[in-house]
Amino acid sequence: MVKLTIDGRAITAEEGTTVLYAARDNNIYIPSLCENEAVAPYGACRLCLVEITTASGRKRLVTSCIYRVEEGLTVLTNTERIQKIRKVLLELLLARCPESDVIRDMAKKAGVTKTRFNKRTGNNSCILCANCARTCEEVVGVAAISLARRGVDRELTTPFNEDFTDACIGCGSCAYSCPTGAITVVDKNGTRTINWPHNRMEFAMKQCSVCGQYWAPEKQVEYIARTSGTPLEDYDICPDCR
Amino acid sequence: MAKLMSFSELEALRKSIVDKRDPDKAVITVCNGTGCHAHGCKAVTEAFQDEIKKQNLSAKVDVRASGCHGFCERGPLVVIKPRDIFYQRVRVKDVPEILSETIGKGATINRLLYTDRKTSEKVTFEYDVPFYKHQKRLVFGNNGSIDPSSIEDYLAVGGYSALAKALRMTPEQIIAEVRKSGLRGRGGGGFPTANKWESTRNAEGDTRYIICNADEGDPGAYMDRSLVEGNPHSVIEGMIIGAFAIGGHDGYIYIRNEYPLAVRHVRTAIEQAGAYGLLGKNILGSGFDFNIRINRGGGAFVCGESTALMASLEGRVGEPRAKYVHTSEQGLWNKPTNLNNVETWANVPLIINNGADWFSKIGTAGSKGTKIFSLVGNISNTGLVEVPMGITLREIIFDIGGGIPKGRNFKAVQTGGPSGGVIPESLLDLPVDFDELSKVGSMMGSGGMIVMDDKSCMVDFAKFYITFLEGESCGKCLPCREGLQQMREILTAITEGRGKMSDLKLLEELSDTLRDAALCALGSSAPNPVMSSLKYFRDEYVAHIKDRKCPAGVCKLEAAKVK
Repeated sequence: MVKLTIDGRAITAEEGTTVLYAARDNNIYIPSLCENEAVAPYGACRLCLVEITTASGRKRLVTSCIYRVEEGLTVLTNTERIQKIRKVLLELLLARCPESDVIRDMAKKAGVTKTRFNKRTGNNSCILCANCARTCEEVVGVAAISLARRGVDRELTTPFNEDFTDACIGCGSCAYSCPTGAITVVDKNGTRTINWPHNRMEFAMKQCSVCGQYWAPEKQVEYIARTSGTPLEDYDICPDCR
Repeated sequence: MAKLMSFSELEALRKSIVDKRDPDKAVITVCNGTGCHAHGCKAVTEAFQDEIKKQNLSAKVDVRASGCHGFCERGPLVVIKPRDIFYQRVRVKDVPEILSETIGKGATINRLLYTDRKTSEKVTFEYDVPFYKHQKRLVFGNNGSIDPSSIEDYLAVGGYSALAKALRMTPEQIIAEVRKSGLRGRGGGGFPTANKWESTRNAEGDTRYIICNADEGDPGAYMDRSLVEGNPHSVIEGMIIGAFAIGGHDGYIYIRNEYPLAVRHVRTAIEQAGAYGLLGKNILGSGFDFNIRINRGGGAFVCGESTALMASLEGRVGEPRAKYVHTSEQGLWNKPTNLNNVETWANVPLIINNGADWFSKIGTAGSKGTKIFSLVGNISNTGLVEVPMGITLREIIFDIGGGIPKGRNFKAVQTGGPSGGVIPESLLDLPVDFDELSKVGSMMGSGGMIVMDDKSCMVDFAKFYITFLEGESCGKCLPCREGLQQMREILTAITEGRGKMSDLKLLEELSDTLRDAALCALGSSAPNPVMSSLKYFRDEYVAHIKDRKCPAGVCKLEAAKVK
């Protein structure tokens, strides 16, 4: 175990834990958007910046979602300097995604109600945190979607930006991991529709041979059968009836 | 060509090369750097070769297509050795006359000589030209006298003798020597080279990688390009020494694909070094193995950042990551990796050959040795200059650079590439070293130096670089991606007469956020052009906003005024 101080509170945390998780385990709030336990730390949204002083006395700003706890570390999560940075970051987010409730609520919590920057249209609540693409690659193992292009032209996209990729299995993990609700999944009449910020795809669902409910996309079932080496017939019955 | 199996075989080869050469025989060196290629040096070189054949002079004179001489403004450059007669702006039609007059009769051709701007007198010898006189060309020392595609030329001037010396030292001794020399990274960071080497050497794991960062991407900067083009073996020799000290056996040169000549020369050099047994297995019979591979970059500016470069080398998208775990511990393929810039590597053979004490006598307390700058912009003598650390900006710009052309006045100089800051006239006596430049809000960077005259608008300047950086931001982190776009829009509005005084505060807040919160050095240094111009030329911003006027007459604000 490692002993450290966060906002004046003495805390012990397991070695290898990030500062963000150590804080969260002790009910200390640090805002974050691109952090997700299921995937490797990424450090893109920069909201979780904290001020640290190491045991040797070195002071610096670090992203708490990546930086790991260390013995004798002093962490301040909400200094004036941090507040100033977060305020500008949130204003930038409000300008990028003016229609996102998640961002508006988070900004409000930090005392930011409006942005001084030029507002954008067409980003559809996507903040480019890559949680979706990282989950698709690291957790699902499919890597069907990714961020393409550089800088302000960056966009979440399907292969070749086409709405009929074979790679996607329709599992919906991307929507599940999206912090701003920029990706939605709708199951209706035996069809699953996934709406990404700039793409849209439909998937035929598998019907349970017992109860008749549509319980998973056919492609996802095929993917599970293939990767687990189990016969496809095993999946004729939904988990509820099994 | 037989592999050299011992240090004595290397010395014997060197002796046989030198013995075959007559030191008194005239050599016409024609600068074949990229700058002179643009001036037509290839045709001049070929004309010399043809004409020598025609006039049957091959016993009397040799022609050598050399590396970059640095004085790009006056190219194509021709230096006739051993006397070092300096001809500039040489055309194909001048070739027969040079051969008949200078080689034949020993006479100089007045019209091809350089005219000193101050005294209006003709200068005959290269070392007397003011542009060269105030420089200290060590790393660039051999650029002008060797053919970069000939390993024999490099061996003739003592090439690979530092390697032979280093292989007889222990790795610890080499690192100690580099530490004592005070060498700091020339790529921009200025990190002590020996510390990097040592931590890579001491990192856990068996495999260690050695990388040369030749992904020079700053607009207006081309010193690494000229070094790789003009003296590739010096970079390779430095890398082998470093690899031996660190304990690495695989090296990579990550180089821009837009540098075709550099790619070609470094490839030839690697093949030649391999053929002589200076690369590969059991180098010079020492038992040490080291190989170098070339990786060509696709032109993303961000790939000059070490973690992005390594991602790109691995075949992934070139995006940086946080460096809380240093690349010296987990770099390329998560193995300990030592990355240094071209110029840093090229300094290593000099330090080993001449000793740390020799090296540390050059420069200032905190910055040792020389630095190569690419002096461009509104400057009379455009070119590459190598100067000792601690020289003042004024000396570089006025003594070496010849001042501002067209009778205009100096306004500012930007150092350190697109994300460097501007330095005004009041700070021209600043000694150039890593720490002094960052104190005034700029940086050494990789060595770009862009001079601006009084017809340059500082708001327009800031807009130009922020636009460049916006286009080169990888887009991974929020402040760099969104912040630079907003910054560019605010600056554009100011230059178009739509600015508000509150924009200045917003620019400052954005700058602070980028500096403190961006993921990598591209983003954190990006606001420098804005912050420094706001600091030293705030009145120009105010004139654009309040008076709807561009004091330098660059921005077109008239339309806004009518409204």
